Amino acid sequence: MGGRMSADTEATEAPTIVQRGALALTVRRLLRDRASMAAVIFILLLVVFAAAAPLVEAWTGHSPIEQFRDTGLSTMGLPVAPNGEFVLGTDQLGRDVLVRLAYGARVSLLVGVVASLAAALVGITIGVIAGFFGGWIDAVLSRTMDLVMSVPFLLCALALVSVFGPSLALSIGVIVFFSWTTMGRVIRGQVISLRERDFVQASRSLGAGPLSIMLIDILPNLSVPIIVYTTMMIPSSIVFEATLSFLGLGIVPPAPSWGGMLADAAANSIYLVAWWLVIVPGTVLLLTTLSFNILGDGLRDALDPKARPVRLRRKRAKP
Amino acid sequence: MIRFLAGRLAFAALILFALSTFVFVLFFVAPGDPARLVAGDKATETQLIQIRSNLGLDRPIHEQYLSFLGRAAQGDLGYSYRNQQPVLTLIANRLPATVSLVIGGVILWLSVGIPVGIMSARHPGGWRDRLGQGFILVGLSFPTFVLGMVSLYVFYFLPRQAGFTLFPAGGFKPFWPNPAIWAWHMALPWATVALTTAAVYARLTRGQMLEVMSEDYIRTARAKGVPEHKVVYKHGLRATLTPLVTQLGADIAFLLGGAIVIEQVYGLQGVGALAIQAVNNQDRPVIIGVVLLGGFFIVISNIVVDIIYSLLDPRVR
Repeated sequence: MGGRMSADTEATEAPTIVQRGALALTVRRLLRDRASMAAVIFILLLVVFAAAAPLVEAWTGHSPIEQFRDTGLSTMGLPVAPNGEFVLGTDQLGRDVLVRLAYGARVSLLVGVVASLAAALVGITIGVIAGFFGGWIDAVLSRTMDLVMSVPFLLCALALVSVFGPSLALSIGVIVFFSWTTMGRVIRGQVISLRERDFVQASRSLGAGPLSIMLIDILPNLSVPIIVYTTMMIPSSIVFEATLSFLGLGIVPPAPSWGGMLADAAANSIYLVAWWLVIVPGTVLLLTTLSFNILGDGLRDALDPKARPVRLRRKRAKP
Repeated sequence: MIRFLAGRLAFAALILFALSTFVFVLFFVAPGDPARLVAGDKATETQLIQIRSNLGLDRPIHEQYLSFLGRAAQGDLGYSYRNQQPVLTLIANRLPATVSLVIGGVILWLSVGIPVGIMSARHPGGWRDRLGQGFILVGLSFPTFVLGMVSLYVFYFLPRQAGFTLFPAGGFKPFWPNPAIWAWHMALPWATVALTTAAVYARLTRGQMLEVMSEDYIRTARAKGVPEHKVVYKHGLRATLTPLVTQLGADIAFLLGGAIVIEQVYGLQGVGALAIQAVNNQDRPVIIGVVLLGGFFIVISNIVVDIIYSLLDPRVR
């Protein structure tokens, strides 16, 4: 905005009225929301931390899977507390917790984002098709969603892993399979109310086919629920992956993941004598899910201010 | 009503059928020889052949499938590969721990979640709402196993280091003969499952109540001069809580099928722990049994919820 206005304002010295687009308004609302901003900052820091995992490794000189039996374990064979060499301490095998945390962040973010995007894609596709066509197509797809929702997902994940063995791809697949339904239902409901609207009728009377109506007329109107629900799906996917790894069904050790680190800490209750083994990955995991949840709430309020519950408005002195 | 119920029953049967087919296909395509799993590594080829014929593994696949479905429909889930006990007995032995966890958990999370939701919704935007929303956010974000490990550290380990036992480290004690010991052992697992789940109920209650309180009949009640607490608790609460029945049914069913994470953290020998052990031992009949049982609980709870719902809200019938 800056360059275009500056000449005019200096010439007339009248207060300028800036016309703001929907995006600018949303961003402004989000920027004013302190909780969301804190969440965004934490997420950005986490992304940098995950991206810089090799740098953390180089800086400490510790590989994530290297066992430092001399320096990383006490004379009794117990993990050592945070100190100058191991900033966040070591685990039961004498590995550097900080380095493992950084590489674990990659797994959590990768699984969280990839699984959520894939689940969103499936949910949007099925939801739009079910809502748009209605009739028997809707009946079949809706029943399918009911069916998937009625499956004991953690038990099925157990069964799948026991057959195929744990892996990153299987974790993502399981998460996608069991989490697209929420998005599917929301989208279906929205599409049902959108498809009878005048602008859709107008497109239809101009000769637009179903695919073109779905993609060009309906999809853009779904951006708010898509953005909000995809953001909200990320923390559940991250916890889902951490739970699988915690149960020994996710990422294969010795590759680091937060759930796996917590599982190592729980094994033989070693964390009772080494609190950092649960506090460090536990806190980071909690802050991550909390940040995404706060951001999701904030995005919903910023994108759709009308949906916000009535708030007591207090007059605030302008700076 | 009968048509409504018949439809629900048909769908329930469909779910169980789909689930049994899923586990059957899964374990049929699975690598590894079940006979080898039963007999161990030292078994001779003749022993393996004998076991295969005992288990019916030498018959054509469609025959195996039909006999599997037929037996499962009659409640016969076969025998464990590990110790040859009936799967149903193994599960039945594990149910007390899981049921104990669910009962206490439900009571606790309802008595925390609903009041928090009401408090939040009655003062939208105020400090009580923020407090409630903070509780909801943290509760929804807290991974169960992290909360469990932290509570064990704070309420078991720290007091024990200080020289006294506040709560036990875990394990399950039967309800009889000493309910106090039972409750004492269950206290931390209850609190853990309840705190994370209560957030879900607080959010649902809050959302529902905000919606209900803007309805016309609430305005009418207020206009008639009905006192505010009566408006909230007599007129508002019923419409607020009805939709919670659906969530409650689903949550109870999922937990009965195995509160895997909580049982793992607290060393409770429940159905979920059985499932994990079965996976680690490659004990396929037990895995199949637990998955089918989980599906069975969900199906039953769906039907019960539908009946309760239609009693509470006759419009859905």
